[in-house]
Amino acid sequence: MAQRPDNRGAEHSAPIVDTFIQQLVNGITLGSVYAIVALGYTMVYGIIQLINFAHGEVVMIGAMVAYTVIAALVGAHLPLPPLAILVIATLCAIPACMAVGFTLERVAYRPLRNAPRLAPLITAIGLSIILQNLALIIWSRSPLPYPQIIDTVSYHLTPHANGATITNVQVGIIGLSIVMMGGLLLLVYRTKLGIAMRAVAQNSQVAGLMGIDINRVISLTFVIGSGLAAVAGVMDGTYYGVAHYQMGFILGLKAFSAAVLGGIGNLGGAMLGGLLLGVIEALGAGYVGDLTNLCHLSGWSSSLAQRCADDPHLAVFGSNYQDVFAFIVLILVLVFRPSGLLGERVADRA
Amino acid sequence: MRSYLALRRHPGLEWAGLALVAVALIALPWVLADIGTAWVRITNLAILYCFLALGLNIVVGFAGLLDLGYIAFYGVGAYVYALLASPQFGLHLPFWAILPLGAALACIFGVLLGAPTLKLRGDYLAIVTLGFGEIIRIFLNNLSSPFNLTNGPQGITLIDPFRIDGFSFATTQRVLGQTLSSPIKYYYFLLAVLLVVIVVNLRLQNSRIGRAWEAIREDEIAARAMGINTRNMKLLAYAMGASFGGVAGGMFSAMQGFISPESFVLVESIMVLSMVVLGGMGNVFGVVVGALLLSYVPEVLRYTVGPAQRAVFGRTLIDPEVFRMLLFGLALVLMMLFRPAGILPSALRKRELQAPTRE
Repeated sequence: MAQRPDNRGAEHSAPIVDTFIQQLVNGITLGSVYAIVALGYTMVYGIIQLINFAHGEVVMIGAMVAYTVIAALVGAHLPLPPLAILVIATLCAIPACMAVGFTLERVAYRPLRNAPRLAPLITAIGLSIILQNLALIIWSRSPLPYPQIIDTVSYHLTPHANGATITNVQVGIIGLSIVMMGGLLLLVYRTKLGIAMRAVAQNSQVAGLMGIDINRVISLTFVIGSGLAAVAGVMDGTYYGVAHYQMGFILGLKAFSAAVLGGIGNLGGAMLGGLLLGVIEALGAGYVGDLTNLCHLSGWSSSLAQRCADDPHLAVFGSNYQDVFAFIVLILVLVFRPSGLLGERVADRA
Repeated sequence: MRSYLALRRHPGLEWAGLALVAVALIALPWVLADIGTAWVRITNLAILYCFLALGLNIVVGFAGLLDLGYIAFYGVGAYVYALLASPQFGLHLPFWAILPLGAALACIFGVLLGAPTLKLRGDYLAIVTLGFGEIIRIFLNNLSSPFNLTNGPQGITLIDPFRIDGFSFATTQRVLGQTLSSPIKYYYFLLAVLLVVIVVNLRLQNSRIGRAWEAIREDEIAARAMGINTRNMKLLAYAMGASFGGVAGGMFSAMQGFISPESFVLVESIMVLSMVVLGGMGNVFGVVVGALLLSYVPEVLRYTVGPAQRAVFGRTLIDPEVFRMLLFGLALVLMMLFRPAGILPSALRKRELQAPTRE
């Protein structure tokens, strides 16, 4: 992302470099969450070549369960430190999501494993709707305010008084993501289960002949991905301070874009793709308003100059287009490099 | 398709049956109007959903490409009509000029969207179309500044109804001693269009193009080996499905007189997909049955589930709207698991969906 050294500096109280660093920090935080969700997509895709459409919904369930637990614990006024409450909530969300993931695989995907591709995709959509509406019934239609139990502390990254900062929540999200990614890599590349997973991914029939219980390995893949999704849900809820029964849809879409960007089926790719997408999105949302600001063209038209006098931020695209970036990235990747940044497997034809 | 009725060997009976159906369809709005004008409107919407489902059926059923953002094309058609026939820009073009425009624009969007993804595997197309549907909604919501194109979330109001010379579809008239209300006028118009659309679909299915689509759906590599230009054929399916959606959108705009981005959300795409899947992908009559079923059942539920819950529990536990969505979700899952070819399966589709692994 090149900076535009134009007349923007005057409008911002913070120096340009600080704004940039701030967007970068926000982007990396966001990207860590995407990466964790993207891992769930990519693991399932790697092993059974199926897009688990309902994965975003699993994230949502995780956020919702954690919300309930946090609200209950806060309401009970137990002498617990905030961090402990958050950990307990996450530890409750993980098994709940694992159960959902396991059920999904069992009910919707396993019976259709050898069916034409359209069939499991459609059941996945159906389950996604069912999960959303069950969540709506359980947790109501309105957005739930996540209890802000962690006091946000901001640390300055630059010497300026109103410069770029990073909060303790952001540090926590990024740190936890790194730990989880490391753990997953260890699991996949250093354990017996990991070997089995990779074997099934390469050729499930032969893996079966080698004595690997394919069904068990696939189930476990779903369960692990769902566990990660639960944590991502808690992160998302804590970061944005809100949970909603539809939050999983757009998050899932973005995480999928991230997985494709990195190369679907590739663990490292999902991590890289998630981080990149988060950064692209944050920088995009942060700068698109300035880049498409019509006031740069004030000299060309007097009516434009008049409107700019009223509103100096007269942009064609504002930050409300944030959600569009993931999609544009997805299209560009599919057009120019369908195998993704790190993907070895070229997307099969047909 | 006619063999369905199993009347083929008795042409007289067949004609009698058709005449009976025709009389029933002509009489239907009058019967419904007796129950309540709302039901005529519901029927009109059901016919619109038939258009949508038939359009999506071209993409999903005939060509086997999963499109999850189909409602975006409907939205494009609806907004084209609304912008060209409302006080928004002071334009009031006649409907026969706008509907083709809407279809053309939807078609262009369809091709633009399909071109980069069609050479990839089907699931990518599904995701990209899903994203596209969302993007269109975001744009419709936000294109009110700096230049007010869509009027944002408030939507566009006072859209012109269909008008042929002095004959407006929006007013109640007395014709031959009968009161002809607006929904009934639209009903006859929609019914006529629906018949044309069904015939077009049937003819399309058995045409060279239809068979090419079927071949692509069954085995793309084999189809290409047979000399079918698979890319163009897929794009054609996409464009055709999209333009059906565009026309339906225009009619929706005129009928409702008001549209907002809220009408073009993902849930609607899913609903149309459920109709196609439930009825039987690739079977024109099946799709119509699916569309009618999923249009009427929720309405019936709306009138029964709510009161029933209040009677039993004393309050509404589950909103009928939620109930409707749960029903759609369940329909998708259960149909795929137990009757993947739909209520009225097309012969080929049935064989394909029951076929053992192709890997």
